[in-house]
Amino acid sequence: MSTGFAPARVRSPRAATAPRERATETFTAPAGSAGGLTRLRRRVRWPLGIYTTPVAILVLWQVTSELGWLPEKIAPAPTAIIQAGIDLWKIGELGTDLTTSLRRVGIGLAIGLTIGITTGIIAGLLRSGEYLFNGVVQIVHTIPLLAVLPLMIVWFGIDELTKVLLISFGAGVPMYLNLFAAIRGVDQRLIEMARAAGVGRARLISRVLLPGALPGFLVGLRFSLAYSVLGLVAAETVNANAGIGYLINRAQTYLRTDQVFLGLVIYAVIGLLADQFVRILERVLLQWRPSYEAQ
Amino acid sequence: MSTATTTSVDVRDVRRQFGDRVVLDDLSLTIGESEFVVLLGPSGCGKSTLLRLLGGLDRPDAGTVTVPKERAIVFQNDRLLPWQRVLRNVTIGLYEAGADERALAVLDEVGLKDHARAWPKTLSGGEAQRVSLARALVTEPDLVLLDEPFAALDAITRLRMHDLVRELRRKHNAAMLLVTHDVDEAIALADRILVMSDGRIGSAYDVRLDQDERAISAAREDLRAALLGDLGLAAVH
Repeated sequence: MSTGFAPARVRSPRAATAPRERATETFTAPAGSAGGLTRLRRRVRWPLGIYTTPVAILVLWQVTSELGWLPEKIAPAPTAIIQAGIDLWKIGELGTDLTTSLRRVGIGLAIGLTIGITTGIIAGLLRSGEYLFNGVVQIVHTIPLLAVLPLMIVWFGIDELTKVLLISFGAGVPMYLNLFAAIRGVDQRLIEMARAAGVGRARLISRVLLPGALPGFLVGLRFSLAYSVLGLVAAETVNANAGIGYLINRAQTYLRTDQVFLGLVIYAVIGLLADQFVRILERVLLQWRPSYEAQ
Repeated sequence: MSTATTTSVDVRDVRRQFGDRVVLDDLSLTIGESEFVVLLGPSGCGKSTLLRLLGGLDRPDAGTVTVPKERAIVFQNDRLLPWQRVLRNVTIGLYEAGADERALAVLDEVGLKDHARAWPKTLSGGEAQRVSLARALVTEPDLVLLDEPFAALDAITRLRMHDLVRELRRKHNAAMLLVTHDVDEAIALADRILVMSDGRIGSAYDVRLDQDERAISAAREDLRAALLGDLGLAAVH
């Protein structure tokens, strides 16, 4: 030992001779990285994609019905619901009800989206447009859709006009709100870039503001479609003599649970189709967007 | 506004303040036609504010700013429109017929002709910045303002971009003002280096070195030391 004031720190001989074994990780190309194979595997594991759970529930439902655990008056088997649909189709009622409802939604959506998109764009682009529309829409937005119904009946009667207007109200408000927010939310730095590049107003709108607002527009569209179906349901529960809502009301009166379910299923299918429609639009229109794709 | 002289940029006694904070204080500056000026300074010294004034994105509180009508800005981030393909990003400021052909020609100059149909999200940082260079040059501007355009790039890509900028300068006869805090970048590119401090041009250096001397020479090291001294970093190196 030296005679230094502080003894030199001696390292443990074990640490010097036997280095700690380090765990390692090795990465290689994923098995079957040929793209198609991976996709196939995923398809096998989740054969129905997002519909896996709904289908599983349906199967469970059918089985419990067959076993007699579910009374028919509470929830008839899925096959019984389908049978009710076939029966109603054969006597021509389902077809009439369906076309009536779809026509109402179609007209209501057309009016609501036209107004929502027009006002949304004007308010998004112009400060004066914002002052003109925003206050009214924000106030109206806080009123629940169903609560407007009595007023609409007083104003527009109990015929088609009220039904269509309720649907367009449901579709127009979310479209306006989302479109307005989307246009105002376009990256300020991109607008500045465009200004610096000498871009005129028309091109600023067509190449920067409107395409930039597209994701928000599609969110708005999704809400609009959902709310228009909601408006349809609300509208058809009063004084309808045709339409899916009428079908449900009548079925309820006669305690035909299978037909009630049939009506609900149709509403659900309409909603699902609308959602799929927007999804396809997103895939086509938003292919430029870098986004997270879950494994 | 656009008087034909040999000066491209004329800034006189410009003052800009945000609230109580005076960012530019009676600053004057001229840039000659096809001159490459580098504005050097630490963050927050007002160099970006000056660039915004020259770009017409901001107005001075006092003084006058005279710049060519045809000018372009290359920003620190590429600022490409993600929803437009590369070609359409380059033609954003073009209104004449034949815009696509011109854009393709400039994309070829920056080595990205093959990427004309690509979405910006598929580009690397260097590629995206090259597209924004192309976007700036396609309008044949008389003045190109570069706001720390290579700051976010890695060192190797940055050197390549310096080569590219030099090459583009030979082809396009434009005055250029580059804002940076990178001393080596300033030496690599500038005809004249201006060091900013306290809202003014603190000192100016004419750089009369050829390309090899800029890379390695005693004169280069002297200049570098002087610039670092001006930036208050003399003790560090």
